[in-house]
Amino acid sequence: MSLLNHASPEVKAPQTLALEVKNLNFFYGKFQGLKDISLGIAEKKVTAFIGPSGCGKSTLLRTFNRMYSLYPGQRAEGEINFYGQNILSPKQDLNLLRSRIGMVFQKPTPFPMSIYDNIAFGVRLYEKLSASEMDDRVEWSLRKAAIWDEVKDKLTQSGLSLSGGQQQRLCIARSVAIKPSVLLLDEPTSALDPISTAKVEELVHELKEDYTIAIVTHNMQQAARVSDFTAYMYLGEMIEFGDTEQLFFKPKRSETEDYITGRFG
Amino acid sequence: MSATMNHNSNADQMRATLKDPSGLYAGRLRRNRLGLSLSMLAMALGLVALFWILGVLLYKGFDAISWSMFVESTPAPGSPGGLANAILGSLLLVAVSALVSTPVGILAGIYLSEYGASTRFGAVTRFVTDIMLSAPSIVIGLFVYALVVAPMGYFSGWAGSVALALIALPVVVRTTENMLRLVPAPLREAAAALGAPKWRVSVSVVLRASSSGVVTGILLAVARVSGETAPLLFTALSNQFMSTDMAQPMASLPVVIYQFAMSPYEDWVSLAWGGALLVTFAVLTLNVIARVVFRDKSKA
Repeated sequence: MSLLNHASPEVKAPQTLALEVKNLNFFYGKFQGLKDISLGIAEKKVTAFIGPSGCGKSTLLRTFNRMYSLYPGQRAEGEINFYGQNILSPKQDLNLLRSRIGMVFQKPTPFPMSIYDNIAFGVRLYEKLSASEMDDRVEWSLRKAAIWDEVKDKLTQSGLSLSGGQQQRLCIARSVAIKPSVLLLDEPTSALDPISTAKVEELVHELKEDYTIAIVTHNMQQAARVSDFTAYMYLGEMIEFGDTEQLFFKPKRSETEDYITGRFG
Repeated sequence: MSATMNHNSNADQMRATLKDPSGLYAGRLRRNRLGLSLSMLAMALGLVALFWILGVLLYKGFDAISWSMFVESTPAPGSPGGLANAILGSLLLVAVSALVSTPVGILAGIYLSEYGASTRFGAVTRFVTDIMLSAPSIVIGLFVYALVVAPMGYFSGWAGSVALALIALPVVVRTTENMLRLVPAPLREAAAALGAPKWRVSVSVVLRASSSGVVTGILLAVARVSGETAPLLFTALSNQFMSTDMAQPMASLPVVIYQFAMSPYEDWVSLAWGGALLVTFAVLTLNVIARVVFRDKSKA
């Protein structure tokens, strides 16, 4: 495929790759959702995936933590290497994988428990902490997610009592609390108002100091604002992948240009 | 063609008024009023039946309600007494059956919703549960008679509780399954995305999210079995005396009501009315509690 020639990342300096995708094909039953995708997700950078609805960007993100394995009939072929280890291998333990590669969803999904327990739930799965260590961890993650000041006096209240924007930041805190290495954000702001969106974007900016981030977004301005690298996808194919600035200002392919200038999509 | 033109110009004139141009709207209003009156009538019929029952029960049973009804055992005809042994027996029988059917029912419900949703075994289990839901309770009574009472050689509270548990079980299974299915998939994904194993997701997140619905199911099952008579006739039978020994025959409110209401003695009949009033209001209270619990859930 000629498309592949354009799909290699233009990296200025040598980068460590947290995730390396090689010739990935994905199937929903008989329907092929992803076609021969290859790209690298650079460590401690933000990589954004843009493209029209149904282009496969969420599908791709959901292969990174094998979320699709919850559903029989969905399967992936190819290779995804997480620091050199192929996570598509049938021997891969999915729970361990997901504790390293966290995910935040489009709609806030607080668990039906207290704000404190929403955070502690994931931590307790893999770490034995004393009560005071757990208190520290909860505070640390809520501070990381820029929501500590809003919830510190009501940690025992239900997570469902928060506003939508607060719930989403609680969900980010919950993912951060287990100290994963990669954070996958699947349209994390599409259900939020502009002020909450700005807060989450700011957060993405701060989190990339410690985490590798992959974000799917419908909003091209958001991709331009928060990401270092951007991938443009269409109909399950990777049309162009490269440095965000370059992709937005000097796209190599006319399809990309048509999309980002609004002539299409 | 000219007809349409006419109609159009007519409609044009009518646009500046608030009149119904074609009469279609008036017809719809009439049908609406007719439908509404019919459904109000149906509702009134249901309510009349309910309040009639409650009214008769209150009228006939209220006199029998007294302190002695709660502290004295069932009497011989003509002597004073109460229903204490039947009340205690009913409480014991229902409590033991709930203790058995609740954990088994919840586990089966979790299996059907989270694990066996699309498996053959799950489909068969669901089918069998549905059959048990609609099985006549007397059949369940006979089954337990053959299975427990006949081999043991005597009627017992245990046998009664087994029969009641078998009736409550499918109710708990199906409500649990239905409530768990209402939990949105993203919540399961969110828990799995933290690296939680599936059983953990099912118990700590999915079951928890639907806990009020599951509790409602249990309360409704308890309400259902506390009025069952037929299966107890074959199993727990009855007992004239106060007894907490589950290995012995045990009195229960529905069976005592059945015995006493059929008797020719006036004081027994009066006690039966009192017992009927008691059972009805206990069941009604449980139902109301279940509704209130469920309403709280939809608010959250």
